[in-house]
Amino acid sequence: MNVSKSPWLLHYDGSSCNGCDIEVLACLTPVYDVERFGVINTGNPKHADIFLITGGINHQNAQVVRQIYNQMPKPKVVVAVGICACNGGIFKECYNIQGGVDTVLPVDIYVPGCAARPEAIMDGVVKAVALLDQKRKKAAEQPAPDPKEAG
Amino acid sequence: MPMIAFLIVFPFLAAFTLAFMKRHGKGRKYFIFACCIAIVAGVVWFAADALIGGGDLSLLPETKAIDMGILAAEIGLMGLIVFYGFRFRKYYVALLSVAQTGLIAWLELTGKNEIAGNRIFSDKLTVIMVLIVGIVGCLICVYAVGYMKDYHARHKEYEDRRAFFFAMLFVFLGAMFGLIFSSSLTWMYFFWEITSLCSFLLIGYNRTQEAVHNSFRALWMNLLGGLGFAVAIVYAALVLHVSTLQDLVAMGSGTTVAIIPVILLAFAGLTKSAQLPFSGWLLGAMVAPTPTSALLHSATMVKAGVYLLIRLAPAMCGNLAGTMVTTIGGFTFLATSMLAISQSDGKKVLAYSTVSNLGLIAACAGVGMHEAVWAGILLMMFHAVSKSLMFLSVGAVENSIGSRNIEDMHGLIVKLPEMAFVMIVGIAGMFLAPFGMLISKWAALKAFVDSKSILLVVFLIFGSATTLFYWTKWLGKLVAMIHNSERLPNTVKGSEWFSLISQAFLMIGLCISFPFVSTYLVEPFLADMFHETLPAIISSGNLYIMLIMLCAIVVLPIAVRFLTFGKKRKIVMSYMGGANAGNDRAFVDSYGKEKPMYLANWYMEEYFGEKKLLKPSLILSTAALLVLMTIAIGGAV
Amino acid sequence: MELIWRIVWVAGYVLLAPLLGGLLAGFDRKISARMQGRKGPSVWQPFYDLFKLFKKQSVVVNNVQDFLVYGFLLFIVFTGGLFFFGGDILLVFFALTLAGIFFIMSACSANSPYSAMGAQRELMQMMAYEPMVLLAAIGFYISTGSFSVMDIIAAKESAIGYLPGIFVGFLFILTIKFRKSPYDLSTTHHAHQEMVKGLTTELSGNILACVELSHWYENVFLLGVVGLFIVNSTWWSWIVAVAVILVSYFLEILIDNVFPRVKWQNMLKTTWAVTLVAGVINLLILTMIK
Repeated sequence: MNVSKSPWLLHYDGSSCNGCDIEVLACLTPVYDVERFGVINTGNPKHADIFLITGGINHQNAQVVRQIYNQMPKPKVVVAVGICACNGGIFKECYNIQGGVDTVLPVDIYVPGCAARPEAIMDGVVKAVALLDQKRKKAAEQPAPDPKEAG
Repeated sequence: MPMIAFLIVFPFLAAFTLAFMKRHGKGRKYFIFACCIAIVAGVVWFAADALIGGGDLSLLPETKAIDMGILAAEIGLMGLIVFYGFRFRKYYVALLSVAQTGLIAWLELTGKNEIAGNRIFSDKLTVIMVLIVGIVGCLICVYAVGYMKDYHARHKEYEDRRAFFFAMLFVFLGAMFGLIFSSSLTWMYFFWEITSLCSFLLIGYNRTQEAVHNSFRALWMNLLGGLGFAVAIVYAALVLHVSTLQDLVAMGSGTTVAIIPVILLAFAGLTKSAQLPFSGWLLGAMVAPTPTSALLHSATMVKAGVYLLIRLAPAMCGNLAGTMVTTIGGFTFLATSMLAISQSDGKKVLAYSTVSNLGLIAACAGVGMHEAVWAGILLMMFHAVSKSLMFLSVGAVENSIGSRNIEDMHGLIVKLPEMAFVMIVGIAGMFLAPFGMLISKWAALKAFVDSKSILLVVFLIFGSATTLFYWTKWLGKLVAMIHNSERLPNTVKGSEWFSLISQAFLMIGLCISFPFVSTYLVEPFLADMFHETLPAIISSGNLYIMLIMLCAIVVLPIAVRFLTFGKKRKIVMSYMGGANAGNDRAFVDSYGKEKPMYLANWYMEEYFGEKKLLKPSLILSTAALLVLMTIAIGGAV
Repeated sequence: MELIWRIVWVAGYVLLAPLLGGLLAGFDRKISARMQGRKGPSVWQPFYDLFKLFKKQSVVVNNVQDFLVYGFLLFIVFTGGLFFFGGDILLVFFALTLAGIFFIMSACSANSPYSAMGAQRELMQMMAYEPMVLLAAIGFYISTGSFSVMDIIAAKESAIGYLPGIFVGFLFILTIKFRKSPYDLSTTHHAHQEMVKGLTTELSGNILACVELSHWYENVFLLGVVGLFIVNSTWWSWIVAVAVILVSYFLEILIDNVFPRVKWQNMLKTTWAVTLVAGVINLLILTMIK
């Protein structure tokens, strides 16, 4: 059985304008119904496989995002949703913004858009799911020692 | 017979000697240990002798001289109480004491009490009680030696009266032995009064205003019960012409001729076992040093009350006396277990839980059916051991971390692992399947259903639920694993450790061996008591199942360690919305500052608080007690 | 011969309950989705989830969590096993309580705000449903004269004839036991996030899978108790029992989708009120006629 059959995700709102968040939630509604793919919005890093971030990274939440990422069990995938999460977007030049999610975490999938459309988000999640399987296979082939991750 | 005399007299002699050993040193310590060893040896010898030799004993039919000696001592006790009553201007205490001693003295001196009857009696229940009092009581005395040293080191403000304290502990044990062996009501009454006075003196040990106030509350409540006892003796002698408890119970079984003395004795038993509305004195007893509370709550004092009730059980079966005891007992079980939810002071939770458990035992005795009495006796045994264990470990924790609040015991398993282990054993013994108390509760439930007392069933099922709540949340505090927390230095003394560990093993041993205790002690006693052979109360199949559960609990940790051995798992911090500040003891707040995290249990003051529940429960129970007693006595007269 | 049959029942429970429980959970998700106008996942989805969890890395916050969760699983299986063996129903419920306490301890040991909150709420839930559970056992005892499940199913008449009120009360607390809204206070499968995942917040990977598995075992056992109200010595009563079980389960799903979550005060009050009204009055009448 593959991880891809049951992708549980954690949605984190960085410094988003909430536009992308609304679209993420729209995915759960009967119109899009991502649960038919087994997706569950867990809200808990320890249960999640996919870390879905909307909005850019600022100085306050950089530490938080890093910590949540470290608390997720492997294999895990990071999805940056919306242009702000991809590279800072319209807020990029603000005094408090560091930039996109990739300034603190290794991002696997970028979903652009302002706000990202539900179709695009679902496409990103499906891609992330495929990546989860790959990562698991890789880990199974070479049980690499834990890279240094502060608890 | 010599062993009985030894057990009654020796503790008094030991106490007398101790009262004069004012020097704090090794000498006194070893003297106490030696006395404890002697008492335990005596108790074990007596138990073995009674079990192998079989047979019950009835002794001393004619003892005018000793009777008079006891009367003199009783008048001495009265003098002491009157003295204290006047000194602290609590004249009602003096009045109560004079009234009851006057009654007894009048009865004895006018010769109206010269009725044939044995003064001493011993059967299987006596053996059980002697074992409880002797072993648990002595372990508490051993513990007290180390504890009191720390206590006075920490509390310089109190006068050091340790010699008196130890003496009182032994007087208590002696009085308990006397009470248990007595068959004559006047003898029993005498020892009953000694325990009342003794608890008064022990509770007031610190001589603070609160201690004095609480000790007088204990005294007047117990004297009120004593007054009931005295009236019962007079009535039994004048109207029924019986002078021993055994004769009275035999006369009262199945009829209502003896209902007045039975109900008065039951009333005395209820005050002694701190049932509502008399629960106040036991809760107030917490002001005293821990060994006092442990002794009052587990092996002595309150056990005297339920012991009397269990003895009376056949005479209460199916009449109004029984209804009174079951109603009060059942109600106390429920009300105090709810009150325990709102308490965070460890000793107070234990106090409420004692009252609650005694309520259940009283209810079992009041039902009077053999299953119920079986459950009551086993409850009494398990309760004595686990409660004393709990009290002593709370005391030891208090000496180590400086608080006895349950909230402060958060993470005790990391800070003081051995202590936490001992406490877990105690708590598990109090309410968890497949340990002792639960088995008894199970039998009690069955008995209540069989006796068709729906009210009791309701008390029991709701009371079980609330009991579960307050014990489990305490357990939860103990097992919290806090990151980076240091082990505290273990300041517990050798003697305290010895006492705690032996009690923990006693608890576990009792859980494993209870089928034998039931077969060889409790069931023969019940067969005698109800004059019939009885069916097995718990089937052997169910016993095996419980044994399997017990084994599973023991084997599980080892098996899990074995399964996960060598598996590396990643240890991370607990989840705090990503705002965790480096370990799981603090988080970063919205100002970017570190804030310590504090996890509190639920106490729900506005639902279960003393302010909310205590007054209504007292009013209800007083009303129930008055109404039922009036109906019973009025109906009989 | 009888003993062999009883052991077959236990073996059947231990082996098949996960399958049955998982399928029930799958249908639950499918039916819930349809009630909300969604397509919903495959009915095998719970199995996909379980296998995934077993394959994932497990991150823990301490070294006793796993022990306590295994204790939970072990005693849930023990509870159900004892029930299907035909043991003493009171002992069965006591074992269930023990299992629940293991679970609560695992949450307490984590020293985490969310799991601590979940633990307190779970404890509150236990306090709310415990009286009704004991009352059910007492009801069986009075109506059939025995606590033993073997004797209860061999009775001439179904227990429900004597215990309508207790049956209703038991269905009521089943909502708490199944962790269904409005009483899913301690941990939930809905997307409420004010307490993250409550009790299971700090569990992951194969430990979380064990919790999931225990719930399946537990649900099958609880539905077995529902069936016990119906089953009697006739063969067709077993068919009725299965039908009643399915209807009750559907009812729980419906309740789950209709009611919003309530506060603990509301849960405690309503549950105890139902216990007193439906359960105790039933018991009173029963003792009068029996």
